Amino acid sequence: MSAQHRDRSRAAAIAPFLWLGLFFLFPFLLVLRLSLSDIALAVPPYAPQLDLSAGVDGVREFLAALDFETYGRLGGDRLYLAAYLSSMRIAAISTGILLLIGYPIAYAMVRCPPAARRALVLAVILPFWTSFLIRIYAWIAILKPAGLLNAALGAVGLAPLNLLNTEAAVHIGLVYAYLPFMVLPLYAVLERQPAELLEAAADLGCTPVQAFWRVTFPMSLPGVAAGALLCFIPMVGEFVVPDLLGGSQTLMLGKVIWTEFFANRDWPTASAVAVALIVTLIVPLTLFQRQQQRLLEGGR
Amino acid sequence: MRRGPSLFNLVSLGLGLTFLYAPIVLLVVYSFNDSRLVTVWGGFSLRWYGELMHNEQLLASVWMTVRIAALSATVATLLGTLAAVALTRGGRFPGRTIFSGAVYAPLVTPEVILGLSLLLLFVAVGAPRGFWTVSAAHTTLTLCYVTVVVQARLASFDRSLEEAAQDLGCPPWRAFLLVTLPNIAPAVAAAWMLAFTLSLDDLVIASFTSGPGATTLPMRIYSAVRLGVTPEINAISTLLIGLVATGVIAAYLIQTRGVRRASR
Repeated sequence: MSAQHRDRSRAAAIAPFLWLGLFFLFPFLLVLRLSLSDIALAVPPYAPQLDLSAGVDGVREFLAALDFETYGRLGGDRLYLAAYLSSMRIAAISTGILLLIGYPIAYAMVRCPPAARRALVLAVILPFWTSFLIRIYAWIAILKPAGLLNAALGAVGLAPLNLLNTEAAVHIGLVYAYLPFMVLPLYAVLERQPAELLEAAADLGCTPVQAFWRVTFPMSLPGVAAGALLCFIPMVGEFVVPDLLGGSQTLMLGKVIWTEFFANRDWPTASAVAVALIVTLIVPLTLFQRQQQRLLEGGR
Repeated sequence: MRRGPSLFNLVSLGLGLTFLYAPIVLLVVYSFNDSRLVTVWGGFSLRWYGELMHNEQLLASVWMTVRIAALSATVATLLGTLAAVALTRGGRFPGRTIFSGAVYAPLVTPEVILGLSLLLLFVAVGAPRGFWTVSAAHTTLTLCYVTVVVQARLASFDRSLEEAAQDLGCPPWRAFLLVTLPNIAPAVAAAWMLAFTLSLDDLVIASFTSGPGATTLPMRIYSAVRLGVTPEINAISTLLIGLVATGVIAAYLIQTRGVRRASR
C-alpha cells in the first residue's frame, strides 16, 4: 500500500475524531469536574467554575476550590457501597449464567448444516433488533404475581412464585436481554474451528467429550472472553432491567445515577457515582478494546 | 466433515429459541386480547389498536422518534464509515489508540454514563435541549455500531480491485466511490438500519438529553409501563416489532440474494 494512500485513509479519521472528541471524550471531563463540585440541590452552574480567561491564576483558584466532599460522602454512605457491590455481583452472576446457556446454543448452531446456520444466526439477532424496553416490559406480564407464569404453574398444580421485584427477576431480564451478545461471539469462534482438528483428536484416541474439553473449548476461549466482556460491562451500569423488574430492593449503580439525577436533582452526586463506575470499568474496557482491535484489524 | 447436531444440541437450540421468543409472542398475542387483564382471555379484538389511533400525544412522539432516528442514523453512518476506513487502512497513525478507544468504547459504555455526560455538555454550552440534542447524542451512540459493521466488511474486501482501477487511471476518490463503495454498500445499508433501530429504541440517553416538547416514544412507553401493564402498550409494541422484523428480514433476503448472485 502506498504511503500516499495511507495518508488519505488517515484523513478520513478527522471528522469522526472531532465528533467523538466533542461528544464522547470531552463530556467525561465535565462529569469529572462536576463530581468535584460542591453539593448543591439547585440547578447549575455549580461552584467552582474553571475560568480559563483568568490564566494560571484561574486554574490555581479552581484547583484550590475543588471539593472531594462528594466522594467522601459516597465512601461513607452504606447505600452507595451496597449499590456498587451488588451491581458487580449481579453482573458477574448473570455473565456466568449467560455463558452456561449461551455456549450450548452457539455450539449447537455450528453443528447444523450451513443453510440452517444462517437462519439461526438471524433468529438469534432478530430479538436484539426489537426494542429492549418492550422485551423487558414483556417479562412484567409473565413474572408479576397474577401473571402468566403463575397462571401456568397453577394450572399444573404447583405453588405460585413471587419473582417480580426480586433479584431473580433481574437475572432473568439481564440474561434474556444479553443472550444474543453472548451467543454471537461464541458462534463466531466456534464456526472458524477446522473440523479436521476433532477428527485428529478422535484418531489419536480422544472420546468426543475429551475432544471437546481438550480441543474445542480451549480454542474458543477468545470468544468466551469477548462475550463475557460484551455482556458484563454494560450490565454493571444497566438501568432499565433493575428498574422495571428489580423493584425498590434491588440496588444497582445505573439506577442510583438515574435516581440521584432525576428524582433528587443532585448532579454532583450522580456525577461522582458515574466516575466511580467508569474507573471500575476501565480495566474491562481496555481489555475489550484490545480484543476488538485484534478481531477486526489484525485480520485473523 | 462435522457430525450433524446431536439430541443435546437440538434440545439446547429449542430451549434457547423458546426463551428468546416466548415473551415476544405472548406480548403480541395479548395485544389482541379484548380483556384488560393479562391472564384473562376476553376474545380477539383490535380495540387497543383503535384506541392508539386516537392518542395524539403518542402519535406526536412516534413522529419525533422517527425523525431523530433518521437524522442520527444518517450522520452516524457517514462518520462511522469514515472511521472504519481510517481504522482498516490508515496503518499506525499518531493518536490511533485514543481514536480506536473512542470509537469502540461507546459500544459497551453504560447508557446512563453516556446520557449524563452528554447532558452536562449541552448544559455547559447552553444548547436548548430537544430534537437536536437527542439527535447528536444518538449519533454518538450509534456511530460505533456502524464502524464495527462496516469495518468487518472492509477488512474482507479485496484491495486489488481498487488498485486495478487506479492503475487504469482512476483517481483514488473515484476508485473508492465506484469500486469500494458499491462493494461495501450492503454493510453500509445494514449499519444504517442498525443505527436507526438503536435510536428508535433508546430510552436512557433520550431521557437525559431531551427537553420539554421532545418526548420520544420509548420515554412515553416507559412512563406508561411504570403505571402498569396495559393492552395499549402491547398494541404499540406489536406494531413496532412488526415494523422492525419486516425490515430486518427484507434486508436479510436482499443480502443473501446478493451473496448468491456474487458467488455464482
